Amino acid sequence: MTALQAWLDTPSVTIVAVGALVGVAATLLGTFLVLRRESMLSDAISHSVLLGIVGAYLLTGTLDTPLHVVGAALAGLATVVLTDLLVRSRRVKQDAAIGLVFPALFAAAVLLINVYARDVHLDADAVLLGEIAFAWLDVVRVGGLEVARSLLTLLVVAAVNLAFVVVAYKELKLATFDPALAVALGLRPGLIGLALLSLLSVTAVGAFDAVGAILFVAFVIVPPTAAYLLTDRLWRMLAYGSAIAVASSFLGYRVAVALDVSIGGSMASVTGGFLLLALALGPRHGLIARALRRRAPQPPTGARAAGAGTVPTAIREGADAGTPAPALTVPGSRR
Amino acid sequence: MDLHVLFGDFTVRSVALGAALVGTVAGALGSFAVLRRQSLLGDTLSHAALPGIALGFLVSGSRSLTPILAGALISGALAALLVLLLTRTTRIKDDAALGVSLSLFFAVGTVLLTYAQRQVGAAQAGLDAFLFGQAAAVLPADLTLIGGVGLAALLALALLWKEFKAVTFDADFARSLGLPVLALEALLTLLIAVAVVIGLQLVGVILMVALVVAPAAAARQWTRRLEGMVALAAAFGALAGVTGALVSASARGLATGPVIVLAASALVLASLLAAPERGLAWHAARSWARRRALGSHRVLVDLLRLGQDHRDPAYASEQGMLDTYFGGPTGHVLRRLRRRGLVERVEHMPEEGAHWVLTPAGRAQARELQAPFGGRRDEDENR
Repeated sequence: MTALQAWLDTPSVTIVAVGALVGVAATLLGTFLVLRRESMLSDAISHSVLLGIVGAYLLTGTLDTPLHVVGAALAGLATVVLTDLLVRSRRVKQDAAIGLVFPALFAAAVLLINVYARDVHLDADAVLLGEIAFAWLDVVRVGGLEVARSLLTLLVVAAVNLAFVVVAYKELKLATFDPALAVALGLRPGLIGLALLSLLSVTAVGAFDAVGAILFVAFVIVPPTAAYLLTDRLWRMLAYGSAIAVASSFLGYRVAVALDVSIGGSMASVTGGFLLLALALGPRHGLIARALRRRAPQPPTGARAAGAGTVPTAIREGADAGTPAPALTVPGSRR
Repeated sequence: MDLHVLFGDFTVRSVALGAALVGTVAGALGSFAVLRRQSLLGDTLSHAALPGIALGFLVSGSRSLTPILAGALISGALAALLVLLLTRTTRIKDDAALGVSLSLFFAVGTVLLTYAQRQVGAAQAGLDAFLFGQAAAVLPADLTLIGGVGLAALLALALLWKEFKAVTFDADFARSLGLPVLALEALLTLLIAVAVVIGLQLVGVILMVALVVAPAAAARQWTRRLEGMVALAAAFGALAGVTGALVSASARGLATGPVIVLAASALVLASLLAAPERGLAWHAARSWARRRALGSHRVLVDLLRLGQDHRDPAYASEQGMLDTYFGGPTGHVLRRLRRRGLVERVEHMPEEGAHWVLTPAGRAQARELQAPFGGRRDEDENR
């Protein structure tokens, strides 16, 4: 117990753990966003979540209520719903709709802070950049242990996300790769997508204090994208992405300490280093592997065609490198 | 502070002028971003300017705007290049490529920003203003630079107007004309980056995307022509810019960027609702009028056909029967038709209730409505 407490009392351990938990929680959801081609929604949500936080603060006068999680989730959903409404009105295209909704919500939030919450610890710079360096200062007692509040929060968030992905794995996979079939089997891909984005909003709130809005986007998009270049299987993509997020947190902290720069920014930058590595060295989709393959005689079938496909067809069950991919097996169809 | 005093203030006047110009350039070039479905590239370009801002500051060692904007432009261009590299050479899709580029450049930017802080101490305070924009931090010399670069971008747009138009709407056609499509697309992206960069000081890296997208999206509702859209977007952008600068200058502590963005968003909302042809309110009014006209037409034709079926042009149709044909109450439709002199109400003993006949004018109009659908000719009535 005391050894664990001593470990928890070490600022560097707390900081790295917080960064790793943000990374894993974000990557678990980000994997599906990247595959669903909705990555930029994470950018939109992470900005507009601020409006929910500010709104909850103005209602309650404090920052430490569950209400601000609810407010943030609502703001995140509002972003998604408003964007969807704009697209459905067929007056603007989807990219422009995203670019219209989140700046408006974010601007409103910043002005509300400007006007009503000047003296509070809610200044916009902190919200953008995060204060992970001070994560260990704010502790709560849990079962005889003193744990950093943000560590505890993110532990819960990451656990919830993990549980969601494990429990709804089959549904998520089907809704991601073949929404039409998901509907035919009686699933609600739209609802699953909405659940995904709600969890993303909640995760964004949890990550806000630690790494800020935009670096959170790095953790949502970059590790899954790097993993996407490394594997064709969904569970591996989740695992590789999470591993990259954890490693980035650790290495990023080291770099930040060595150079005396922003810890969150450094962690997020390191994810980019992993992306470049994956881009160069990926076994099938990496630039080097592809250059080598281009030089070698073309295999008659299989690998290249499967690699060049679009998202839903590129990742298949059981498609290991080199072997021709069997048709997508439908989870649940065995029944 | 009232508006008159505000405009009298030299600083405020020049800032408003600068904001107007920034809005004009962003609106005009943003039109192309929106039409090419590259709105979010504006987001990436503006976030990605952050490392350039920090580097420009670090390299020059001063807060002078020229190196900072040059740095911002270069890092924006590199971010766009990264997006292009990721989408062209790997299977990463454009949404992920934009997100990757945006978040990584911003991350490196925050690292460099904190590094700059360590190097020169508090002197960098001005750099924070680039996050949300601070009109108060704009110097007269900055305005000259912003103005010069902005006008140059507009000039380039004017000179290459036809080429950009062809590339935007029909790249294949442009290629068949022998135009260097790739180079033109790159130049257009660069010009959009210029528009973003000159707005950074006023609007900030986080929200600059709105000034690129919103005026263009608003303008699109009012016109179908590129010329009109670009001109209107420029005007909307200028309006949002001036509004933002003035409001933010009159109330202490309001960041300029968010005010500009909210002004631009209000323009979008108004355009979405009220623009002729495309506006939602306009659309609703028109479809209501159409529904109304359709109801009248159906009742007229029903009356005509009942007459034809009974071989009696003056046949008095019972209102209940018209309701049944119509699938709902027809009283209000019939009263409207009577006001227009197309039907008449008649008593038809011994049956109870209202009965209606077509007037000659009503019969003529009903025949006209029936004709395109192979309406029966008079001889059919006697078959």
